[in-house]
Parts: sequence; C-alpha cells; structure tokens
Amino acid sequence: MSRYVIGRIGQAVLVLWAAFTVSFGLLQALPGDAILIKFLNPELGLGPEQIADIRTSYGADSPLVVQYVHTAINFLTGNFGYSIHAGVPVGDLIVANLPPTLWLSTLGFLLSLVFAITLAALSALSPFAWLRAFIQSIPALFISTPVFWLGILLIQIFSFQLRLVPIINPGPWQALILPVLTLAVPISAPLAQILMRNIDHVLTEPFVAVARAKGASHRWVLWKHVAKNAVLPTLTIGGILFGELLAGAVVTEAVFGLNGLGGLTQRSVNDQDIAVLQAIVVFSAAAFVVINLTVDLLYPIFDPRLKVRQGVVA
Amino acid sequence: MTTAINIKTVSADAANLPILEIRNLAVGYRGNQGFQRVVHDVSLLVRPGEVVALVGESGSGKTTMAQAVIGLLAENGRLEGGAIRLNGTDISGWSQKQLDTIRGRQISLIPQDPTTSLNPVKTIGAQVAEVLQIHRQGSRAEIDARVIELLTRVGLSQPELRAKQYPHELSGGMRQRVLIAIAVALRPALIIADEPTSALDVTVQKRILDLIDELRREYGTAVLLVTHDLGVAADRANHIVVLKGGRIQEQGPIAEVLASPRCEYTRKLLADAPSLGKTRSAFRVRSRPIVGPDDAIVVENLVQDFALGGKRDVFRAVDGVSFTVQRGTTHAIVGESGSGKTTAARSIVGFQKPTSGRVFVDGTEVTTLRGENLRRLRKTIQLVYQNPFASLDPRQTIFQIVEEPLLNFDPLPREDRARKVHAILDRVDLPQSVLTRRPHALSGGQRQRVAIARALVLDPQVLVLDEAVSALDVTVQAQILELLDELQQALGLTYLFISHDLAVVRQISDTVSVLHNGRQVDGGPVEDVFQRPGSAYTRELISAIPGQRNANQHSFQ
Amino acid sequence: MTGLNTIGRSLLRDDANIPVKYSQVSRQATSAGHVLRILRSIKPGLVLSWLVMGVVVFWALFPQWFTSYSATVGVARQQLRAPSADHWLGTDALGRDLLARIIYGAGNSLSGALVAVGVGLMVGTTLGIVAGSARGRIDGAIMRGVDVLLSIPQLLLSLSIVILLGFGIVNAAIAVGITSIASFARLARSEVVRVRASDYVEAAFGSGGTFSRVLLRHILPNSLTSVIAFAALQLGWAILTISTLGFLGYGAPPPTPEWGLLIAEGRNYLARAWWLTTIPGIVVILVVLSANRISQSFGKAKA
Repeated sequence: MSRYVIGRIGQAVLVLWAAFTVSFGLLQALPGDAILIKFLNPELGLGPEQIADIRTSYGADSPLVVQYVHTAINFLTGNFGYSIHAGVPVGDLIVANLPPTLWLSTLGFLLSLVFAITLAALSALSPFAWLRAFIQSIPALFISTPVFWLGILLIQIFSFQLRLVPIINPGPWQALILPVLTLAVPISAPLAQILMRNIDHVLTEPFVAVARAKGASHRWVLWKHVAKNAVLPTLTIGGILFGELLAGAVVTEAVFGLNGLGGLTQRSVNDQDIAVLQAIVVFSAAAFVVINLTVDLLYPIFDPRLKVRQGVVA
Repeated sequence: MTTAINIKTVSADAANLPILEIRNLAVGYRGNQGFQRVVHDVSLLVRPGEVVALVGESGSGKTTMAQAVIGLLAENGRLEGGAIRLNGTDISGWSQKQLDTIRGRQISLIPQDPTTSLNPVKTIGAQVAEVLQIHRQGSRAEIDARVIELLTRVGLSQPELRAKQYPHELSGGMRQRVLIAIAVALRPALIIADEPTSALDVTVQKRILDLIDELRREYGTAVLLVTHDLGVAADRANHIVVLKGGRIQEQGPIAEVLASPRCEYTRKLLADAPSLGKTRSAFRVRSRPIVGPDDAIVVENLVQDFALGGKRDVFRAVDGVSFTVQRGTTHAIVGESGSGKTTAARSIVGFQKPTSGRVFVDGTEVTTLRGENLRRLRKTIQLVYQNPFASLDPRQTIFQIVEEPLLNFDPLPREDRARKVHAILDRVDLPQSVLTRRPHALSGGQRQRVAIARALVLDPQVLVLDEAVSALDVTVQAQILELLDELQQALGLTYLFISHDLAVVRQISDTVSVLHNGRQVDGGPVEDVFQRPGSAYTRELISAIPGQRNANQHSFQ
Repeated sequence: MTGLNTIGRSLLRDDANIPVKYSQVSRQATSAGHVLRILRSIKPGLVLSWLVMGVVVFWALFPQWFTSYSATVGVARQQLRAPSADHWLGTDALGRDLLARIIYGAGNSLSGALVAVGVGLMVGTTLGIVAGSARGRIDGAIMRGVDVLLSIPQLLLSLSIVILLGFGIVNAAIAVGITSIASFARLARSEVVRVRASDYVEAAFGSGGTFSRVLLRHILPNSLTSVIAFAALQLGWAILTISTLGFLGYGAPPPTPEWGLLIAEGRNYLARAWWLTTIPGIVVILVVLSANRISQSFGKAKA
C-alpha cells in the first residue's frame, strides 16, 4: 500500500473520530434529559431514589470525560448502548430498522440515476435550443420541491384520484412504489444538473472539435468522448448524495409511515433518545467517510491523469 | 475589390483546379446583442499542394473562417452567404451528417492547443485509431498496425509505447505530433492548421512546422494555415491572405506581398512584426542621455529551489544565474517555457527568497530584506505582468488602480495624488477619459498601458517586464515597445525584460542572458550573442526564429 | 429591510451595466436599436423571480394589507371549504382562511430563512476568510473542522442541534444555519485563495501594499461576489429545510402559520381537501425557484 493510501485512510479515521466527538459533545450537552422524560412519568410511580439508581445504572452522573471514554470504547467494540425509550440495545434497533431503509434508498438511488441520465441524455441530444433549455430547467424544479409535499401529492394523485396504488394494506412492493419515486426526484436533481453542466462543458473542449474534425457524428462524440469525461466528476459527490439519501429517507418514511432508520431517527428526536440518535449520527458519518474514501481511492483507476500524480506522491 | 484579384488569379492558370474555393463568404454570430457579422465577403483559393496563410490579429475572423470551412462553427454561428467549394462541390449548405463523411477523409484539422485537443481519458493509440474506425479503414489489426506506422511517421520515438500512453504523459510537442498523425491519417486533400504552433516553444514550433511541410510534400496535401505570426506565414506559405475585421485587406503570392505590400494595413503589419526585422536598425539608433556610472541590477549566482511533494525532493528552477545591468539600459532574460526566466525575475523583485546567491537593486541587497524594508524596495523596482486582463483588479476604476501605489507610501494630499495620476496617464498616452472606466471596458493595449502607468507612478528606477508584450497583437505590441523606449529615454529607466521571443529581445535590449533549464547558457551584449552565439542551444534558438527565409530574401532586394 | 436594500441596489447596478456592455460590442448602433436591445436583454424568468420575491417580502412585512382574515382564528361553520370567491384558496378544518395563513406564514418562513442564512454567512464566511488568509496551521485546523461538519448529513446535524436548542422556529432556523456553515466556509476560503493567487493581488503587494490593505481593497471585494450569490441560493434551500423541520414537527408549534406545518396539518384531510396541502407546497416551490434563479443571475453578473 502506498503512503498516499495510508495517509488517506488515516485522515478518514481522524474525521470519523472528530464526528463522534462532535455528536457526543452536542448530545451530552443536552438540557433535556431522556431518563427524566421517561421515568418521571407519574404513572410509573417511581421515587427520587429509584430514579437516581436508574441514572447511575445508565452512567448518567459520572464525569463527562469518563462518559466520553466509556462511550468511545463501547462504540469501538460495537456496543452502542441501550435505547432509554425502547429499552433494547441500540445496535439491535439499528439492525432491525436498516433493511427497509436500505431497500428504499437503494431503489430510490437507482431510479434517480435513471432520471438523471435520461434528462442529461435528452438535453444533450435535443436538436433545439429551446427544448434543451426546457429540459435543463427541470432539475431546478426538482430541487425546489419539498420532498414531504411531493410524497403527499403522489399519494393524492395515485392513491386517491387515480386509485392505482392502494394505501391501505398494500403489498410489500406496492408499498415501495410511491416512496421510491418520492425519494428519487430530489436525489436525481443535483445529479442531473452536474451531468448536464459537465456535458455542456466537455462539449466546448477542443478535443471534441478534433473528434468532430475526424468525421465523428454528434452521437459518436457524446458516447465515446463526452460520456466518460462528464460522468467521472459526479463520483466525487457520492458522499454528499448519501447524506441527501438519508435525509430523504427520514422525510419519506415520515410521510408514508414506514418503519426504518428514518422513522427511528424521528422517534429518537421526539423522545430525546440520545443513545439512538448518536449511534445514527456516527453510523451515517462512518458511511459518508467510507464512501468518500472509496471514491478517492478508486478515482485514479478511472482517470488516468491521477495515476501519475498519485505515483509522484507515493 | 478582393473578388477582382481572385478572378485574375483564376484565369491565370485555369488548368490547376483549386482544392478549396471560398467565394464571398459571410459568417455571423448570434449574441445577446443581436446578430453580428464577423466575416464579410471573403474569397480565396487553395490549390493542390499549396500552403495558403490566413493572417490577421485577434478579432480578424481568421479562426471563424477556418471553422466555417470545416463546418464546425460555434452553435450560435451561421453561414450568412457565399460558397465553400471543396473540389468543385459547394459544401456550404451541407448538413452535419453530410459533412461527417468528408471530415477526416478530405478535410482535416490541426488544432491550436495540443494540451487540450486530446481526450485526457483515452490512449493516444485509441485516438489515432478513431479516425480510421469512423471511416471504416480496415480490420482491427490493420488499424492497429496503421496507428503505429503513423506515429512512427510523425517522428515519435517508441511508437508502440506511445500508443498505450495517455495524453498527459506526452510533452506539448509530442501531442501536436499525435494530432498531426490524426490529421494526415487518411491523406486528406486539405488540412486546416489553426495556429498549430502558437502554444509551443519556438524550437518545437520549428520542428512541428518542418514536419507539416514534409508531410504536405509527401502526400501532396494543401494546407490552409491560420496564423497571427507573419514570420511563420512568410516562411511557410506560397500565398498569403491578410484579414482585418473580417475583411480581406490584401492577398497574393507571399514574395510579392512581402516585397511590395499594396495596402496600408499590410505595410503596418510588416513593419510591426519583430521577427521580420525590418525596422530593427532604425529602432536601435537612439541617444542614451542617462547612462549612470553604476549598475542598477547586480545578480550573483542566483539559485532557486522548489520542494516537490516530499521534503527531500527539490526541483532547481534557477541554477547559478549572474548578470549586471547598467543604469538606463535594457537587459533581457530569454528562454523557453521551463527555463526559469520568470522564477529568476520574481526572486529579483523580492517576491520569493532565493535558495542562494545575491541580488542588488540600486545598491540594496534584496535577498535579505524583510517586512517594512522589503515594502520600501517597491519604490525602486516594479513589475509589469504578461496578462493585462489578470493584473488589474476588475472592480477598480483606472484612477483607483493608478492611484493605489501612492496610497501605500508617504501620504500625499488628494490633489497632489490626482495631479500625479493625470500626469502619468499622459506619459503612457492614455486619454483622461479612461480614468472613470473599469478594466473590462478597455482594450488589451490600453490595459497594458494602465499597468505600466501603475508601475511608474512611484517613480521607480527599475522596471521588470515579465512577457509584458507577449499577449498583445503585433501592432499593439509595437506601440507598447515604442512607448517603453520613449519612457526609458525620458526617465532614465532600467528595464529587465523577460521574454521567450528572441526577435523582440533583439529589437529592444542592450544585453541578454539566455536561460535553458535554469542555467545561463549565454550572455552579453545582444548583438554579440546573436552574431556569435556561445552555445548550441542559443544557435538553435536563433535559427528557430520564424520569418528568416523569405524576409532575408526580401531585405536583400 | 436590509434584504430589500440589497435587492434594490443590485437592480440598479444591473441596469447600469447594460449600456456599458452594449457600447463595448457595437458603437455605431442607433438609439432605437439601443432601447430594443435593452428590452431584449431583459429575461422574463428573472423578472418573474424578483416579482415573486417582492410579493413574499411584502407579505412578510405587511400581511394585513393582503388579507382581512385572521391567520389563527377560524370562522365558525366555514370548515374545509373549497376555494371560492370568499376564500380564494379555501379554508382548513378549523375554518381558517388558507390564503391568510400562507400570507402570515411568509413572515415566519422568510425570517427563519434569513436567520439561517445569516448564521451560515457570518460564521462560515468569517471562518473561510480567516482560513484562506492565514493559511498554514490555522487553515488546516479550520478546514478539518469543516470536513467533520460535512461528514454528518445535514438533516441529522440540524436534528441534533434542534434537540440541543429545543423545538421552535428560531431554533430550527439556527440549526439549519449551523449546518450551512461548512459550505460557506469552503466557498469563502476557495474564493480567497483564488483571488489571492491572481496577478492583481500580487501587483498590489508589489506596489507596496500592506497585507491588511490588500485584503480590504482587493481580496475581500473580489471574493464576496460568489459568496453573496451562494447566500441567495442558500436562502431558497433554507426555506425548504425549515419547512421540512416544520413538517416533522420541530419548528413552529401550532397554531403558528408556517408553510411546512400547513402542509403537515393538511395531510389529515387529503381525501377531502386537496388544497390544504397542494397550494402551500406550490408557494414554497415558487419562492425557492425564484431565490435560485436570482442567485444564478448574481453568478452570471460576476462572470
């Protein structure tokens, strides 16, 4: 392994550690106290001593530094603590809620790729300037649309007006159609915009004129010269796109009442269930860091220009 | 008028049918401000095996002409009228689909900038093979063999290796050879060479132009050579077409036009082109009122290293350069890209600390200056940059730009500052009306005058001119050089003139240092160096100056 | 108010630019052609965007000018009425006029967005300028911090901050603002670095300028254009994100009229009252689109 790769991994670990520290700092500084919220409930009939006992059992009263080190070691060993509200290990909660969100976001991401590539291709192939201008303004509309509103609109149109997709007792696949569509629209917008901008930019490069001068047709040039040069830079927004996907999943699951990481996040915020929220934050930061690391390490394989630069550094 | 000339030439030898005949061509662009015509009523002929040079300054429409011929105008461009006949067939109304069948096969292109003209993510071999694939020239194996053959033919060493490499692994000259290989692959009847060597160093330029010449003779291809450099046209073309503002000023056989230009503009272009060396002697005869007894600049054994990535690897950009410049004279540092000339200049101005060596400006040791003392040095030595589009703050007015240096030193009252700005503007021949404008409203030449005014407003002793005329059109360049000469005589300035252009250097400097890979390979009075070059590199550099073949014949007449 | 001021000023500046650009291109044109060309250079989409923004700003400042209905108190026996002459956009389940709620909601959404952008702009730009000017270790430290902020998905970060600060529109706005600090800092730093590398900045040092003078005279004015354009873009994004937090229930508490909350409340009447969700959503889209279009024109003016 080259020095570059080791350095890059070290940097990723550092960012992850810092993200953990930030989330810990943010959530431990909380004025509200989840334990009190849950156990001060008069219906439970717990006395102050019993609550103090519970607090000690959760380690809530030990000094902050001790809590920090304790939590960090626990995270490293895969122990994310207990959900105060649900009373089960946070790890179990995440594992239970991961699959639906994984399905939703994977399908949503794939559909958004289809949208983005279709729009970019239509814009590149459109013979008229006005048509291209129209197609290129679609992503701006997508970006400006509130995800939650779009979900509601789709329910209204497809479930209430057209009655195509049942909302009461849908099949497992039927239940995914509208959420996936809702999620795909906002994700596709930045992808399509970057693709279109890159295609337009690459088309002005002198090497495109050289290819045309060889007798290559517009389609040939788009396919053989523009495509790769335009797609490569979109890889670098992979990490940001993941964040958008997760945010989209939170909102989409809220709109459609689905169970998943998004729903779990919302519940943990409502209940001020710190352990759960912190685990989700660290988990997504880790995913972000891994995605970016992968993109950075794989990029030179696709882009020959970076191979040499990397060799120089190494 | 231009048509008349053309008809005459056609009737003179009707048997020799032209490859390309452009008749009354008009081209326009649609912009925000409506439609604008940039090429008006242009007619010209290119016969088999002939080189026709299309010469003009920026904005003359020469590149638009080239793009129109090969059917690759920008999207907002349109042929407004006229005919483009290729081997007798008018292709001006053809669709892109039709044009695809002749591009690469009958007309091909050698582009301007080899660094951006090859696809960065495809191998050299694939890009040469592409032109053969598009026109279905044989099987895969045949094409692969032909690619190697072509790369060998254009003079690339290790062609098998090159075919597998990517563009960034090749030098600019090598890339231009690849682009030439692509252009000649199918032995087209006509090659359009759009400023094929403008982005290259002068020695590389010569080799590339020689290669184009050689292949043209071998294949009998005609070349439409688009260039801003009259010297290149003079060396390489049979026929010259002079364009200005989208109209033909004059055209004819090259020797005829050079010997007796009929039109005023051509005469001016010829006079202003430093490489043609016509006005040089007249320029140099001048009195030197102020030549001080002391030296304005002394550079001793200057060395400048740069760290590369890791701490151990260093790149030595300047390696032991020494020279002295007498007060009131011009010293030139000349070299190709990567020779270290700009780095040396920046060390002398005090923008970076040299690794070793000493620099005295006006008796002050520059290399040890820091902080406030270094700032004080700015009153003595000033730098003028190559690109006047980048060296002026776009948000400032011209008045603010020229006034700014005065604000940095001993505060003068407002009226005194205004008086100084007005006076210096007169000095550089700019009208007072530009003071309220911003840089974008000025032409390139005017901007460079502003840059010079800003440099002079502090009354410095020494002016460092870093390629200060290289980005300008030849007629503008001549005006700025004249201005610099005037200022030197009037103010007794010392110039350090950094340039890649030997012809300009010979025209304006007294002494010269020739740099090659950071080392000083030659130095001394400029005529000594030109007459008796001390190194093989200097000799190669001098022989590569374009414009020597026909111009010399012409000056002997 | 400051928002209005900048809007007015930049409008004036745009107008002033047109004849300059025009005179550069062709000097012989007649004055009739001149007027024609100015007319042609007006972009209808941009004019429309300014119009939308203008209307919304007036809604925010003087809601009572636009509607006589209350935003919070419903009219008896007028529940869930479809759009009609009395209630242009219909009424909700409590008989409140939807148009009135949208108009009064503009103040909440807009001021929230302004707070959010203000936080991001102030803190982020300052950090970016410090990083870009100081370079070295300070730069490294700030930018690593920015990397960390960027590694946490924005919605999760803002949710974490909302928990910390408590629910409410101002807190939601601050949370949204904090998540945009990283992008502002990155942009400001890269602009400062870009401008610093330019010839005119070196020339300013070369003519004896001190660091602080060059910073104030050249680096800041030339870096901030893109930052301002980005701030306009962020305004649209902030409106969207705040409405999302409102929809999830972390923003303004009912019965406050807030656009995201309006949609959330209308969700219970999807089958009977389509207008309660559809129309506020369209308003949000229009406002966000306009902010984006205006931001784009800033970017163009720079180039």
